[in-house]
Amino acid sequence: MMRRILPLVLASSVTLAACGGSGKSNSSWSADKGTSAPATAVATPTAAPPAADGSKGVGPVDHVDIATLDNDALAASGKQLFTTKCSACHKLDERYIGPALAGVTTRRRPEWILNMMLNPEKMIVEDPTAKALLAEYLAPMANQSLARSEAESILAYFLEYDEEASEDSHDDDDDDASASTASSH
Amino acid sequence: MIIPRNVRNWSLALATIGVVALSTHCARRPSSTVLGSGAEKVYVAPGTYDEFYAFMSGGFSGQVAVYGLPSGRMLKVIPVFSQNAENAYGYSEETKPMLETSYGFVPWDDAHHPKLSQTNGVADGRWLFINGNNTPRIARLDLSTFETDEIIEIPNAGGNHASPFITMNTEYAVASTRFSVPIPQTDVSITEYAQKFKGTISLVKIGPDGNMEIAFQILVPGLNYDLAHGGKGVSHGWAFFTSYNSEKANTLLEVNASKNDKDFIAAVNWKKAEEYVAQGKFKEWPARYRHNHMDASTQSAVSEVIDHVRVLDPAECPGVIYYIPTPKSPHGVDVDPSGEYIVAGGKLAAVIPVHSFSKMVAAIEAKQFDGELDGIPILKYDAVVAGEVQNPGLGPLHTEFDDNGFAYTSAFISSEIVKWKLGTWEVVDRIPTYYSIGHLLVPGGDTMKPWGKYVIALNKVTKDRYLPTGPELTQSAQLIDITGNKMELLLDFPTIGEPHYAQAIPADLITVNSKKFFELSANNHPWAVKSEVEAGVTRKGREVHVKMSTIRTHFMPDNIEGVKVGDTVYFHVTNLEQDWDVPHGFAVLGSGNSELLVMPGQTRTITWKPTQEGVFPFYCTDFCSALHQEMSGYVRVSGQSSNVQLSSNQRN
Repeated sequence: MMRRILPLVLASSVTLAACGGSGKSNSSWSADKGTSAPATAVATPTAAPPAADGSKGVGPVDHVDIATLDNDALAASGKQLFTTKCSACHKLDERYIGPALAGVTTRRRPEWILNMMLNPEKMIVEDPTAKALLAEYLAPMANQSLARSEAESILAYFLEYDEEASEDSHDDDDDDASASTASSH
Repeated sequence: MIIPRNVRNWSLALATIGVVALSTHCARRPSSTVLGSGAEKVYVAPGTYDEFYAFMSGGFSGQVAVYGLPSGRMLKVIPVFSQNAENAYGYSEETKPMLETSYGFVPWDDAHHPKLSQTNGVADGRWLFINGNNTPRIARLDLSTFETDEIIEIPNAGGNHASPFITMNTEYAVASTRFSVPIPQTDVSITEYAQKFKGTISLVKIGPDGNMEIAFQILVPGLNYDLAHGGKGVSHGWAFFTSYNSEKANTLLEVNASKNDKDFIAAVNWKKAEEYVAQGKFKEWPARYRHNHMDASTQSAVSEVIDHVRVLDPAECPGVIYYIPTPKSPHGVDVDPSGEYIVAGGKLAAVIPVHSFSKMVAAIEAKQFDGELDGIPILKYDAVVAGEVQNPGLGPLHTEFDDNGFAYTSAFISSEIVKWKLGTWEVVDRIPTYYSIGHLLVPGGDTMKPWGKYVIALNKVTKDRYLPTGPELTQSAQLIDITGNKMELLLDFPTIGEPHYAQAIPADLITVNSKKFFELSANNHPWAVKSEVEAGVTRKGREVHVKMSTIRTHFMPDNIEGVKVGDTVYFHVTNLEQDWDVPHGFAVLGSGNSELLVMPGQTRTITWKPTQEGVFPFYCTDFCSALHQEMSGYVRVSGQSSNVQLSSNQRN
């Protein structure tokens, strides 16, 4: 049954994913910005991932209100989950098996981050940014079978981490930009 | 298309068997029956699922093989009674206790009869039970993981063949002695068989979690107890066992145990036996047997020694057991879906006798006895038999039932399945099998709700049916459509080991509970690592324990130094993945042990005893991602007097 429904869900997600804005915003990401990233932009698999990405990605998350994630306890449980489920491949401040994740909330929409955690198999096939990341890192993002609430707590941890980093007045030059340009060195 | 030249060969082989068989086979050209619509009926398109799971005994492989029906595609081999180097079953520290017995570690057995658990007489998809015949045991497989969860040894037994047939609500699995032995075991002359050898029938209680416990044993005369089935419906509360060798022969049984016209079906009233046990009418005998079970929390098997068993003596428990005379050296005993008819496969008999449960009860009440054997009443044949199937083929062995009132009996010597009607006992169809059919299966065919649709012949001999593979040939199954008036052969497919019995069940009843990975958070293995920071090495005297994690695509740690020649290194490998179908493997150069295959969320331990100094690579054996070839590491082994301290490069 699921097998038949899933493509429909994905098809609609793809449509939604194609509707993201294109710029980096300092404010929280709001719902669809209406402008479209043309589907043909997907075409070149070797292209470096954009430094900032307006896509929501492909997957179950169409909207998340990040104000609800501004919660110390939630971020603390997210940190713990990150240690057990993610840290074998991701460090925050250095490239490891996968990209360094400091600053990820400024580079990606929260929906994209959640979809990457919850639906990585489809993301690395259908989402242009995720495809480009796979081409660079070659290790596919593992599906760790997180519940959405668990993924949200990890996102809360990322948000808190990035917020504290910016409060430390490091006017961050995009970490991921350096990570992605590394491949062209 | 290559047509096997089997008609000529088989005719020659059959010439020694008899004219009846010969005419059956010459009348049908096997290769032509599969052409045409048969192919469509077994075609399962790529990416789609089969309708049924079939669980087939692996026979002398000791394992269970899982197939999809109707395609005949093999899906998995589940290790049960034999070590399996492919996934370290019986090699890893966690699974080695599963193969402990009162005789020590036993790496093999002969697995015969898979039986699915039932609720209200219908297969429910929770567990599969199977017997170990050689070193008497019953195993329980969990069908959410397709892994062996529990094995219990049967004491006071030799050859656990009539096993592990279950009762209609999985209250019990039964076991019995195919080979009677001195009970308790003692050093006597084999020529004293008739005086000193005994049999036992064991009732193994199945708890709500599936856990097995030997509730009691019934001491019975020293015959050969062969097969069994639980009663159901009207006969719920009883179980039936065939026996042969009523002659009590102890040598050349093929002649000496084939003299009497009739042997017996033992009808056991287990509900009555339960009452006697509750009244304390049992003797507690010393015994020594193992009960091994997997602890889901620690993911490790535990082996316990049990030192006593409750034994009932039928002489002190009237009404617990009766013998029903049955021609001749009966093999299978099968109970129809209503529970009323008890069908015996008299392997040397000219007819298939069908006994009536209600007539049996009336005969017991009217004391229509024909003597007794060692104090057990023998019922009068005519007072119990409901009918006889005439001309059932040569060597009838086993019977299964469909959902339309028909029975299907395998005939070994004449290599055919005979279809007959319950109640009228008339044969309505027959179809040859290639060759020498033993058991057969209809999905749900020994339950109260047969799903019907197919009968599968489980054949002992394939001869010319497949491309030759030297002297040893594959065993085979043949899928036959039974939806029409005439049975139609659809498909041959090879099986592992020797397929004895098999059971099939609609796929939905299994897939709904199928586990995709083990929850890391529920993994309480004492050496598990939940994240890479917990990985590391410790020394306890001459033991080195490596707590290692795997995730695509690296081991942590992957550089280990300070191991010394003569140490025993325990690699405790935890797979941190939490997704379906992402096992990682582990193997180290020169290991005298198997590899490990570690499922997501699982911890498995393999030991290694390095014998030489040097640096030895280890690697992941299960291709896991694009950088699988990079998933490797080194262990440095130093001399015993070396000063190299134990260390590893895990990150903190």
